[in-house]
Amino acid sequence: MSLFPEIIRIMAYVVGVLAFVGLNAAFLVWLERKVAGHIQRRIGPKEVGPFGVLQPVADGIKLISKQLVVPAQADSLLFRLSPVLTMTLAVTVFVVLPFGPSLVARDINIGLLLIFAFLSINVLALFIGGWGSNNKYAVVSAIRAVSQNVAYEVPMLIIVITMVMITSSMNLNVIVSQQGNLLQWHIFPWNGSILSPLAFLIFFVCTLAETNRAPFDLGEAESELVAGFHTEYSGMGFGLFFLGEYASVFVGCALASILFLGGWQCPLGIMPGVHWMLIKTYLLVFVVIWVRWTFPRTTLYGLLNLSWKVLVPFSLVILLVTAAQLKMPWPF
Amino acid sequence: MSDLAVDPSCETFVLNMGPQHPATHGALRIKLVLDGEYIVEAEPVLGYIHRMHEKMGENRSYLAFMPNTGRLDYLSALSYNHGYVSVVERAAGIAIPERAEYLRVITVELNRISSHLLWLGAFVLDLGGFTPLLYTMDDREQLLDLLESVTGSRLTYCYFRFGGLYNDVDDNFGPGARAFIKRMRRRLPMYHKLISKNVIFRQRLEGIAPVSAEMCRKYGATGPVARGSGIAYDVRKHEPYSVYPEFNFDIPVYEQGDSMARYLIRMDEIEQSLRIVEQGLDKLPPGPIMAVKVPKIIKPPKGDYYMAVEAARGSFGIRLVSDGSATPYRLKLRSPCLSNLSLFGEAARGLLLPDAVAFFGSLDLVIPDIDR
Amino acid sequence: MKKLAISQALAALASARVLECDHASRGFHLSVAVAPLELPAAAKILDQQGFFIEAITGVDWLGEQAAPGPTVADQAEHQPPLPSEDSFEVVYDFNHFAKLCRVALRTRMPRSRPEIPTISAIYPGANWHERETHDFFGIIFSDHPDLSPLLLPEDADFHPLCKDYKP
Repeated sequence: MSLFPEIIRIMAYVVGVLAFVGLNAAFLVWLERKVAGHIQRRIGPKEVGPFGVLQPVADGIKLISKQLVVPAQADSLLFRLSPVLTMTLAVTVFVVLPFGPSLVARDINIGLLLIFAFLSINVLALFIGGWGSNNKYAVVSAIRAVSQNVAYEVPMLIIVITMVMITSSMNLNVIVSQQGNLLQWHIFPWNGSILSPLAFLIFFVCTLAETNRAPFDLGEAESELVAGFHTEYSGMGFGLFFLGEYASVFVGCALASILFLGGWQCPLGIMPGVHWMLIKTYLLVFVVIWVRWTFPRTTLYGLLNLSWKVLVPFSLVILLVTAAQLKMPWPF
Repeated sequence: MSDLAVDPSCETFVLNMGPQHPATHGALRIKLVLDGEYIVEAEPVLGYIHRMHEKMGENRSYLAFMPNTGRLDYLSALSYNHGYVSVVERAAGIAIPERAEYLRVITVELNRISSHLLWLGAFVLDLGGFTPLLYTMDDREQLLDLLESVTGSRLTYCYFRFGGLYNDVDDNFGPGARAFIKRMRRRLPMYHKLISKNVIFRQRLEGIAPVSAEMCRKYGATGPVARGSGIAYDVRKHEPYSVYPEFNFDIPVYEQGDSMARYLIRMDEIEQSLRIVEQGLDKLPPGPIMAVKVPKIIKPPKGDYYMAVEAARGSFGIRLVSDGSATPYRLKLRSPCLSNLSLFGEAARGLLLPDAVAFFGSLDLVIPDIDR
Repeated sequence: MKKLAISQALAALASARVLECDHASRGFHLSVAVAPLELPAAAKILDQQGFFIEAITGVDWLGEQAAPGPTVADQAEHQPPLPSEDSFEVVYDFNHFAKLCRVALRTRMPRSRPEIPTISAIYPGANWHERETHDFFGIIFSDHPDLSPLLLPEDADFHPLCKDYKP
């Protein structure tokens, strides 16, 4: 392996991942506004480009052209670092996501671990942003975001451990390749654990909470905390949080489809490829948007109660049942 | 501030919610002393849009004050119109033709529905649900079109006159109102399915911020707030005015006193108002809409007069002191929202911030009505 | 009947003059005038009988000594000894949730010494109404916990509803 192709390869993937993150955010902005519009019996953006598809571009130009105001009393370093950190972490995660049989930037054996490691640091970015703003709403929001993320990582990781026990691998591509057709998807109880559907549900709820999406968007709860941790951010500072949020929504849904829905595999076993990965992921993203525009927001204690009193015990049960099942396959 | 609030070892902090804040729906400031997210003390700070309507009333003729009444609680302006014309008619001894009374009741009740619809959307928005706002706005739009065709304005109505109405309804009003009733009866079950039965919504409202009947009495809270606490007090039944005794309607009362009860009261009131409008349209008598002998310049005899009407947010009262001249000597506007808000400080103590926002929304306050 | 019970109880106060009014033409059933010092006692009686406070209205009777014009007829004769100078009047409107009975509780004090006791300890809801009346007329409610301006700006030193107020 010579050095030169390797550099080309790295360059290509950096450009590709960045382009994908940007395009994904633009598409999700458009999708969210269109879906929200139709859910609310209006039509959403329609003026900029056909069906308003260029609306996110107009939004982006508007955000870039705005001044980034750093409040006088804010901690300038932390304040500037936070959006960049959010974005960096969200982009890094894309490195190990397998989009197709050979379409993955770095096919490493501990891809799953890497994703959760980086997603956990994400909350630190929110926290220093909220703290650095020197704004009471932002601080309250940052505290909420931390307790929420800690609470939801526990059941999420327990579910992931369960899945790793079933697949015996932390390599995402290996996990996908085990699910060759619809019947082999891990969401079905006959593959691996009999409680798989429940595991999927818990994983999906945790994804909503981890990415601060409604009904768990307590961090930015606009009717209580104005805009939460990004109250003081203007222009692209806010824009990066926005990009980061959409990137993590995509990552969460991509993980759900990789772990449970066969990733890039075709349900019928023919023509697997990147299109299946995108279809499955965006269907899940659609559900996320649908949930957001239907449900009111929970409260923090309701959210923590749900995590510690419902999701954690249930995920532990799933873990135990799966472990037992894997060790003595006879009764199943 | 109490000792607990200023004690530094308690690690409390002051959060100014407002005057510009999404949840206060206007220029109201609430000074919150918070311990974490628990409210140690909540003190509303008023007066950001104070316009001194009471002084304006002392400086102009009785008729010239009419438009001011639509600018207090701009969401149920017709009820305030109604209260004002009624107190002047009571003072000056003006009798009103029956058709005018019926049309007053019909339009006031339609206005009440539009007010409750806007509240419903804004309330769910406070709780983080954005979509119902658009649905209720859609319904409200039908109502505003209807009222616009009758009154000539969409929000700050000035439709009533001493002795009657500004103009009669046209032929399209009856069918239009009936079509709206039919539409609304179809929509209400949808709202109940979407909102009332939603598990998150219930979890955020049930048992939150209970207001006792005794607290309502001590603070003079009326309207849906009092009725949500088990007090069957509604001026329309309790102290009947206009032609309300002719109508067959119920006063919804819930005993729990929590935010959910206040929510359900208003949902039920929409239904009851639909009933009133329907009966009004059935019974609407023909005839004039203006009393014949109404003096051009109103000069009520000396004395003081009180009139209360049931506005969308509670009992709106006017105390009129007349010295026999063509301008009021003193005009006191009793705002239901002021009394309903005054219990916030006591009832919000110990609540979490999001619950306080929900509680605040369930009080259904219109800030210009508080500040007058 | 509520009206009878409350009018008897209020009439027991030394300074009280109780007048029954025609509800249809006036909008209240009882007009009760008491001396400022007996105001808390009257409020306590109303509280015990389960009344709620609806509103507090201040009225400025500037010029009533010079020309008795504005003074409302039925109050003049039922007033406890009228101050021999121009006065402020404060009207407390009470109502009952269960039985319809509106009581207008009136008290007067001279304009030069506008001070009456607060009833905010009995009715916490009166707190804001009294603050508002203080804003508009400068009437001082003694022992009131906080008479800072409610609706006027926090540094307001004027009282706009006084008849001699010049902006």
